[in-house]
Amino acid sequence: MSITVRQIRTGLNGDEAVAYAVKHANVDVISAYPITPQTIIVERLSEFVYNGELDAEFIPVESEHSALSAALGASLAGARVFTATASQGLALMYEILYITSSLRAPVVMALGNRAFSAPINIHCSHDDAYAARDAGWIQFFAETVQEAYDLTLIAYRVSEDRDVLLPSIINLDGFILTHSVEPLNIFADSEEVSRFLPERKPVNPIDPDNPITYGPLALPDYYMEIKRQQAEAIYSSKPIINRVFEEYKEFSGRRYSPLKTLYIDDAETIFVLLGSTAGTIRHMVRKWRRENKRVGVVSLTLYRPFPEEELIEAIKDAKNIVVMDRSFSYGSPGGQLFMDVSSTLLKYGLSPRILNVIYGLGGRDFTPDLAEKALHLVVETDEKIVWLGVRG
Amino acid sequence: MANFIRRLNEIPREELFASGHGLCAGCGIPPMVKIALKAVDGPKTVVNATGCLEVATTLYPNTAWRVPWVHNAFENAAATASGIEAALRALKRKRGWKDYKIIVFGGDGGTFDIGLQSLSGALERGHKFIYVCYDNEAYMNTGIQRSGATPIGAATTTSPAGRVIPGKPENKKNLLDIVLAHRVPYAATLNSAYPIDMWNKFAKASEYLDKGIGPIFFHYYSPCPVGWRMDSALSIEVARLAVQTRIWPLYEVEEGKIKINVMVRRPKPIEEYLKLQGRFRHLLKPENRHILEKIKEYVELNWNRLIRLSQLDSIY
Repeated sequence: MSITVRQIRTGLNGDEAVAYAVKHANVDVISAYPITPQTIIVERLSEFVYNGELDAEFIPVESEHSALSAALGASLAGARVFTATASQGLALMYEILYITSSLRAPVVMALGNRAFSAPINIHCSHDDAYAARDAGWIQFFAETVQEAYDLTLIAYRVSEDRDVLLPSIINLDGFILTHSVEPLNIFADSEEVSRFLPERKPVNPIDPDNPITYGPLALPDYYMEIKRQQAEAIYSSKPIINRVFEEYKEFSGRRYSPLKTLYIDDAETIFVLLGSTAGTIRHMVRKWRRENKRVGVVSLTLYRPFPEEELIEAIKDAKNIVVMDRSFSYGSPGGQLFMDVSSTLLKYGLSPRILNVIYGLGGRDFTPDLAEKALHLVVETDEKIVWLGVRG
Repeated sequence: MANFIRRLNEIPREELFASGHGLCAGCGIPPMVKIALKAVDGPKTVVNATGCLEVATTLYPNTAWRVPWVHNAFENAAATASGIEAALRALKRKRGWKDYKIIVFGGDGGTFDIGLQSLSGALERGHKFIYVCYDNEAYMNTGIQRSGATPIGAATTTSPAGRVIPGKPENKKNLLDIVLAHRVPYAATLNSAYPIDMWNKFAKASEYLDKGIGPIFFHYYSPCPVGWRMDSALSIEVARLAVQTRIWPLYEVEEGKIKINVMVRRPKPIEEYLKLQGRFRHLLKPENRHILEKIKEYVELNWNRLIRLSQLDSIY
């Protein structure tokens, strides 16, 4: 492995790490509205802009709806664009999520994952990430502050690739990552980073010499073809994402892949989950292995496009699968990741014993004993959905 | 050098807004758009809120636009334009990109109602663009529902001329007052029957943008023969009557100084305006006399207020 650029060892919280990545990406336009827990990202970026450390336009919009609307406009104009939000803010952006992906605008957004109201909560859930899952955005999940930094840079390379041209979300667990200081390596400046992430070369930006109609009306005679192309586009982004992961490894020395696995080869039981709780499960898996329990864990760094083949390759031999959801899809057959994993298993003709664990809603701690409980329940209960760490 | 005109035949014939679009005969929107695209000189980009203009001019795979044209959604044209304008500033500075002007078109629904917040944010932040609200006084694209711009007494599909409630009970919102509360450098009303006045206002707006001054806001009276239930051949006549009855004062505001462009000394009777339009016809019945009186009072109040304000050096 050849580490080719100088990096600085430092300590930052997840929000600051994202802000540094955005600065190092030399973005042109930032458009955002304050919402806890992403607020620090935008505060740091404002400091960079107001102190002349980042040459960008900062648009302090009056709502998240406008934050994404302005980001989309700026992206169509040809700028490298950033926005950030969380929970209610994502909900308010919802309409524009679909328009951004369908207009093929490579906006990059950090999402400080947080529970939807009511009750108003502010702490971590994955409600917002899941709410965006059908909107045609590429979605990454960070497990650590380092990953939040790296995935932000990776997201720009992927989104702006002329064979992708889709927006990306970098998910980072609200407070658990956004407000926790962790050690990480960052690059020295945007000039260093430009070797991995050069200036954006926009495809068909707004140009009065070459007038294009962006966002027209398409009726039943054309709508479906346009949507089919969009579906192809996000599936086709997978190999490009893998290539960018590879190039980032060469550049930074840090390896990324659509999913991270630990002890899966001979595992009878495999946990599948998203976000920072993977660290807790990994800790438990190491403990269980010392107790000769054959348990493994798969955490998804890439959530959309869903890494089906990699997931199946990882879990195909397991007898028991525990799918953990930090959200719930009310009235559905289970949590959102549970439905993704279940339908993938069915698609590949596999039918292990499967348990959906609902955990950590609204910032509720997920402790090692709850992981222990999940490991027992997957073989002992016939229930398919259990809520862990909940009273009554 | 200012691009002002005194006669209609000074308007260049080359169009940036192509024929073959689907807007109705007698619709007020196309003549305004044609003038805007020509009177605002140099390269330009249009941002369009969802509405009649958007659906009728961009039915995929065709387009009526010979300039870049961006449609995002209904309520966010001003925010979208903010993003484009900010991007252009950054790209000019960082990469030497060429400049262009931004013109935003939104209907009354997209401006008075659902887009008001986005507009207010953009005006407060001072983005350099021209925003034109084409006001046909209801949600015409979705089937003539009342908006905050619908005048009192008008019948729409959600404020019908009922037996108990004869048309919209509330007065029209004064949008330009709201815009002026943001202290914009230049704002004006426009009317389809006054194309020379309209051209010269766009030309002035273009000059402001050349000097880096904005935002600029225009409130355009846009007749809708379908929604107003009138003969499409009367479109311009009705628009002219709106000015001549003092219902639609033509004025402009530069740095807070109001100038009335068409001084209406002897207003025509309001009934002449109302009787040509199906949406108002019920107001001429004796039992609805009280509403007619309210309209007259409201028009007089607004006109007198405008006269008083125009005597100030600045309303800012």
